Amino acid sequence: MDYLLIQVLNGVQLGLLMFLLAAGLTLTFGIMDLVNLAHGSLYMMGAYFAWTLIGWTNSFVLGALLALPACFLLGVIVEIVVARRLYARDHLDQVLATFGLILFFNELVRAIWGPEGRSIAVPAFLNRTVNILPGVPYPAYRFALIVVGTIVAILLAWLVARTRVGMLIRAGASNRRMIAALGVNIELLFSLVFGLGAVFAGLAGLMAAPIASVKIGMGDDILIVAFVIIVIGGIGSIKGAFVAAMVVGQIDIVGRAFLPDFLKTFMGAASASAAAPAISQVLIYIVMAAVLVWRPTGLFGQRT
Amino acid sequence: MKRTLLAAATIAAILGFALPSVQAQQSVKIGFVSTFSGSQAAIGEDMRRSVDLAVEHLGGKMAGKPIQIVYEDDQFKPDVGKQKSEKLVQQDKVNFVSGYIWSNVLLASLKTVVDEGDTILVGANAGPSQIAGELCNKNFFSTSWQNDQTPMAMGEYLNKKGVKSLYLMGPNYAAGKDMLAGVQRTYKGKIAGEDFTKWPDQLDFSAELAKIAQVKPAGIFIFYPGAHGVQFLKQYVQAGLNKTIPLYQVFSIDAITLPQQGELALGTLGAQEWVNDLPNEQNKRYVADFKKKYGVYPSYYGAQSYDAIMLIDSAVEALKGDLSDKAKIRAELMKANFKSLRGGFKFNTNHFPIQNFYIQEAVKDAEGKMTVKTIATAITDGKDSYYQKCAMK
Amino acid sequence: MAGLLSALRTPRGIVTVFLLLVLAVLPLLTQAFDQRYLLSVSTRIVIWSIAAVSLNVILGYGGLVSFGHAAFLGIGGYAVGILSAEGFESGWLQWPVAILVAVVWATLIGALSLRTRGVYFIMITLAFAQLVYYLSSGLAAYGGDDGLNISRSRFPGLIDLRDKAAFYWLCFVLLCGTLWFCSRLVHSRFGYVLRGAKSNELRMTALGFPVFRYRLVAFALAGAFGALAGILLANDGAYISPAMMSWVKSGDLIVIVVLGGIGALFGPLYGAVAFFVVEEFLPPLLDLLHRGWGEYWQIVFGPLLVMIALYARGGIDSLLGRRRD
Repeated sequence: MDYLLIQVLNGVQLGLLMFLLAAGLTLTFGIMDLVNLAHGSLYMMGAYFAWTLIGWTNSFVLGALLALPACFLLGVIVEIVVARRLYARDHLDQVLATFGLILFFNELVRAIWGPEGRSIAVPAFLNRTVNILPGVPYPAYRFALIVVGTIVAILLAWLVARTRVGMLIRAGASNRRMIAALGVNIELLFSLVFGLGAVFAGLAGLMAAPIASVKIGMGDDILIVAFVIIVIGGIGSIKGAFVAAMVVGQIDIVGRAFLPDFLKTFMGAASASAAAPAISQVLIYIVMAAVLVWRPTGLFGQRT
Repeated sequence: MKRTLLAAATIAAILGFALPSVQAQQSVKIGFVSTFSGSQAAIGEDMRRSVDLAVEHLGGKMAGKPIQIVYEDDQFKPDVGKQKSEKLVQQDKVNFVSGYIWSNVLLASLKTVVDEGDTILVGANAGPSQIAGELCNKNFFSTSWQNDQTPMAMGEYLNKKGVKSLYLMGPNYAAGKDMLAGVQRTYKGKIAGEDFTKWPDQLDFSAELAKIAQVKPAGIFIFYPGAHGVQFLKQYVQAGLNKTIPLYQVFSIDAITLPQQGELALGTLGAQEWVNDLPNEQNKRYVADFKKKYGVYPSYYGAQSYDAIMLIDSAVEALKGDLSDKAKIRAELMKANFKSLRGGFKFNTNHFPIQNFYIQEAVKDAEGKMTVKTIATAITDGKDSYYQKCAMK
Repeated sequence: MAGLLSALRTPRGIVTVFLLLVLAVLPLLTQAFDQRYLLSVSTRIVIWSIAAVSLNVILGYGGLVSFGHAAFLGIGGYAVGILSAEGFESGWLQWPVAILVAVVWATLIGALSLRTRGVYFIMITLAFAQLVYYLSSGLAAYGGDDGLNISRSRFPGLIDLRDKAAFYWLCFVLLCGTLWFCSRLVHSRFGYVLRGAKSNELRMTALGFPVFRYRLVAFALAGAFGALAGILLANDGAYISPAMMSWVKSGDLIVIVVLGGIGALFGPLYGAVAFFVVEEFLPPLLDLLHRGWGEYWQIVFGPLLVMIALYARGGIDSLLGRRRD
């Protein structure tokens, strides 16, 4: 039972991390209609910024807090220099241009920070385990990830549902031309949203850094999963991204924690341990394909 | 205007290719394929530094001829590696090809170099079982190991140490499977569990670590090269498992990952065929000069690359620089008549080394830098398990 | 012949004819100048052109952005590789089987994928491609993700694929065949329906065309030619591996098509030539400027792609003047 609880928490924590990454992606996608492959690069830059700033300030929290405005700034710059010119283009031009950005950022990081990757240590006050139930230890840093992830998710939900900016975001997601016609400064709104997306991506990157490692291309593999999430959830829907991220997080953990044993009940141990990772690797793609066959615009997507 | 420009550009491009490459026939040309861009570039950099150092130690000459090294970046992709190998053989017309970190890049490039190009390849890292066995080739030599050997050495050591049960973890790709199968060839205790994780995109090991905490094995054996080793170690310590279940590793804690793993790695044991403190003169000189020049410790990737250049040098010297007869070169290489950083090894019939394997521990040196030191010899004069399948022609 | 002469009146015609002529006699040139490597590069360019032409059918004319096209190359390659590993080395068996498997798979996933639109289509094709990718990495008997060295297809008495020049010419002839087929296809009734559905699906449906079925056939055809490119790729390197169908390769294919000019018959050819020429020449060029810069060529290549997306709409093809249709 304790074991089950821990695995569920692991899934939640992974899902929240993925949600942070997917939230920015689904916002830029839903509002500006931009396929931004370089979103993973912003995730990577968040981690590298944090590494440098933590080095300067000697404090994880301070460094992380300073990295967020840096990400915002970078996001706005990318928006003004490149992304802005792509909104009206078709998806292919966007894919090409943002693919170019990935190459650029990866090599830029190598030129600046070197090829060997960097490491961010878990802050001292979180470098221990906490008992979530009596006698059930859980890494404190992961617990903190769940707390921060939940707070950010709630904040985002509040921002989208209750504020004026959120109203414009929702309006933009359903009818872009309409809000422009209403006299809203759309350029400013877009820069803001893009910057916000960059902050979420950067936050995900720097929060993942102490459990993963800070390396070149760290955002590229995870980006595909983020795309899977926003597509399952329905593009432009924050709620959809959240639900899908949770589902994907749990599927991932179930695939790794329980599938091998489950398979062993009806096949040999050797073939089970060979088949399980292969299945868990494709599981999310199967789920995505199934969702799309059932609902071609995702769980919470706009019907056309 | 545009038309003329474009036509001119096309012609220029073709002519640029067609210009005969300026080739100093008097030099010894060595092509070196490794990964110099992207997330794995640190390994390639370590190898390049060692090759440069080897050339420096040789005074830039083999048998009086200047050495020319042509580095090519495989971008961690088999098709690119093959393309670059083709370029080295067909366009640069190198005398030797060396390098290759990855099994799949080596396998993709093998035919192009050793069969169709009839060029001698000295592999400096990758050692897939196929090349040790049925795909072995007269033109292929290795200065590293066959994949299974290092984990087999670990297995032997764990037997001696009396570790009762072991949980195995590695990434779900070919080398990962080789490594986990390798340790099971020699390890006689109980296998408490086995997990293959996603490759290369798994950043979280929490589910597996929770399983291990549940099963409570006497030890964990891992193979997680590069950044994955950093990740795994961090999460293993964060989960508090370092206090209860010791970790044994192959290729997961080395000179490249240690700066990021830091003190988390302290005390962890691993197996390797070369360690930076092996007590022979050439090794002392190599490690000292490497540290002086680059400020960091070299890794086994670098040591194997250094050995590859020195092996080539021994053959070129023995033939007094006459590289016209491939059979003679092969015969000289086969003697392995050079001062290896490992203190010397012999080649087996499949052109893989017969060599010792050591157990190393992650420690702090006198200056407080993380490194590894030898604590035991696990296997003496070890041969790989595939050489009998090799019908060397 | 008259068609050829009239083609020579436009810049596009001149460049295309010149390019095809050079490609046609290339082995003679490389032999004369002793440039074997140029022949290797050109073989790859020709093979990737076939793949790009096949992608252009659905992407350029059908408006269906498939982000999983490399999977068909992989299926073609693996069909050849597995049959050869099992001892069936005759090309007369391998090639039809490979194409058949690709067509069946394309029809199957096309039927599911074509229910979606836009980005959802991009992602579902990617999902199916990843499925095939991980399946192939799981095939331990055929090398897993280490890949497999194979022997080349045999066509006894007809052609020896180990002969580099002969193999190159075979690829070139197949490219010409693919281009010819593609041009007939897009200028047929079928092609007009496909293109009509790209600009206005509703209208084509209202006119009574079963758009879904037309698209499915186009998807299957693209899969067949993609498999052909995969067959050639496997024979070129005598090696297959899952890397040939990673999502990065599908991305490269899209880049090639967009670079060359979407929906232009020869666009994929220009794109492939440009793509490989940049990949081969940019690093040495940068090294010439400053030793060591060559490794950072993607810092230049990345923004180059951005510039092309931003300012060269219609790709290289559009630089050659306006198209007739």
